[in-house]
Amino acid sequence: MAPFAGFDMPISYPTGAVEEHLICRRSVGLFDIDHMGQVEISGQGAAEYLSLLVSARVRDMHEGEARYSLLLDEAGFVLDDLFIYKLRDSWWVVVNASNHESDLAWMRGRAPRGVRIVDKSDDTYMIAVQGPRAIELLDSVAGGAASRLNRFSAAKVAIGGTRTLFGRTGYTGEDGGEIFFPASEALELWEFLLAQGAKLGIEVAPIGLAARDSLRFEAGMPLHGHELGPSINPIEAGFKWACDFAKDFIGRKALEAVVAAGPARRLVGLEVTGGVPREGCAVLTPEGARAGACVAGMYCPTVKKFAANAFVPPEYAKAGTALAVSIRDKPRDAVVVKRPLYVPAYRR
Amino acid sequence: MKIDPDCRYRSTHEYARKDGSDYVVGISDHAQEALGDIVFVEAVEVGKIVAQGEAIGVIESVKAASDVYAPLSGKVAAVNDALQGDPSLVNKDPYGAGWLARITPSNASEWDGLLDAAAYEKEAGKE
Repeated sequence: MAPFAGFDMPISYPTGAVEEHLICRRSVGLFDIDHMGQVEISGQGAAEYLSLLVSARVRDMHEGEARYSLLLDEAGFVLDDLFIYKLRDSWWVVVNASNHESDLAWMRGRAPRGVRIVDKSDDTYMIAVQGPRAIELLDSVAGGAASRLNRFSAAKVAIGGTRTLFGRTGYTGEDGGEIFFPASEALELWEFLLAQGAKLGIEVAPIGLAARDSLRFEAGMPLHGHELGPSINPIEAGFKWACDFAKDFIGRKALEAVVAAGPARRLVGLEVTGGVPREGCAVLTPEGARAGACVAGMYCPTVKKFAANAFVPPEYAKAGTALAVSIRDKPRDAVVVKRPLYVPAYRR
Repeated sequence: MKIDPDCRYRSTHEYARKDGSDYVVGISDHAQEALGDIVFVEAVEVGKIVAQGEAIGVIESVKAASDVYAPLSGKVAAVNDALQGDPSLVNKDPYGAGWLARITPSNASEWDGLLDAAAYEKEAGKE
């Protein structure tokens, strides 16, 4: 167990992090992610307000649609990354645990009169069900509602006896869903899903933080504080696609300047041999000069490789470029590789 | 926690076991369990002279890198190359196939200062 943003979270369950990762890739992983925050935005002018607040286009979203977005400051740096669900009369915004309080303050500080911003985090539990057999498992307890939903959409779905908001979204690269429901029913639903897996002969296992990190890393998804953060702009991190330059949003002017000048550095994936790259490890040119630093790095159980994400100058960002990563003061061979290492289900 | 009764231990969780005139060294079952899944092992070069308590390798788990310290002074006579291909041997069989190195001792009396199985069990049980 480890403290994480005020929650006690398991790094791994007794299964072990590597096996947990592999179970999620071959069957179903169950993620206890109550630490994630949920904010509901509604009221007169909510759509206009949200459109200005976040980088992605949201005005075209219909009820039941879900979309990834960034929360930027005026300088174009990334305060947080979000998942936004359009509900009938409101917007449901999922924020990272570590940014929950600062996001709320930022949102409230910019909300016009008439827009309601309600923190739903304490009342709401969140479980993710991810893996190639996740939809089959969920369908069996939701009357087939899971497979009827398109990717990146959400609906009110009863799972067992629990009324939930079910989104066909996730953070592993696998198909599956994320379930929002009353916190008082957390244990019951968790155990129900495990029991249902056993009943149907579908392998289902709880997944800890370490495997959650390696799953998202392989699938090329960012973790705020690593690939994104308050000193990182979305252009250099490869998230221009999450910014809608056809509308106004906080940080847009700064990003336009970055786009015009070209980013000074780029996020790349590195495959490393001879050691495990970690956050903070220096990236070196073949001549031994410092080119940048790793923002995340680990063993990747599906592709069975050591890999890192790092920011380097654009001239070193091309796939195939030979670099080195300094681990314990010794340079280890590294090569720039195409991200993601593992192609997510929704991109296949 | 499995304890090999034929081994002696350091409180930093390395073991040594007599094998002819050498000692086989590695990390205890308690240590591998605490580290979690081991994904990489780096050992010092064969032939290196090490002092008791000096690092003889690094074990990288999913979570972090940990130094492994020589339980005895001497010369590194061999390292376990099998760990390059399958570092999880340290998890599966820490006292057997997951050994790290063989040390030819330069000061055999250091053995007497190591914890015996019962003392180590007590020590590790406190954590």
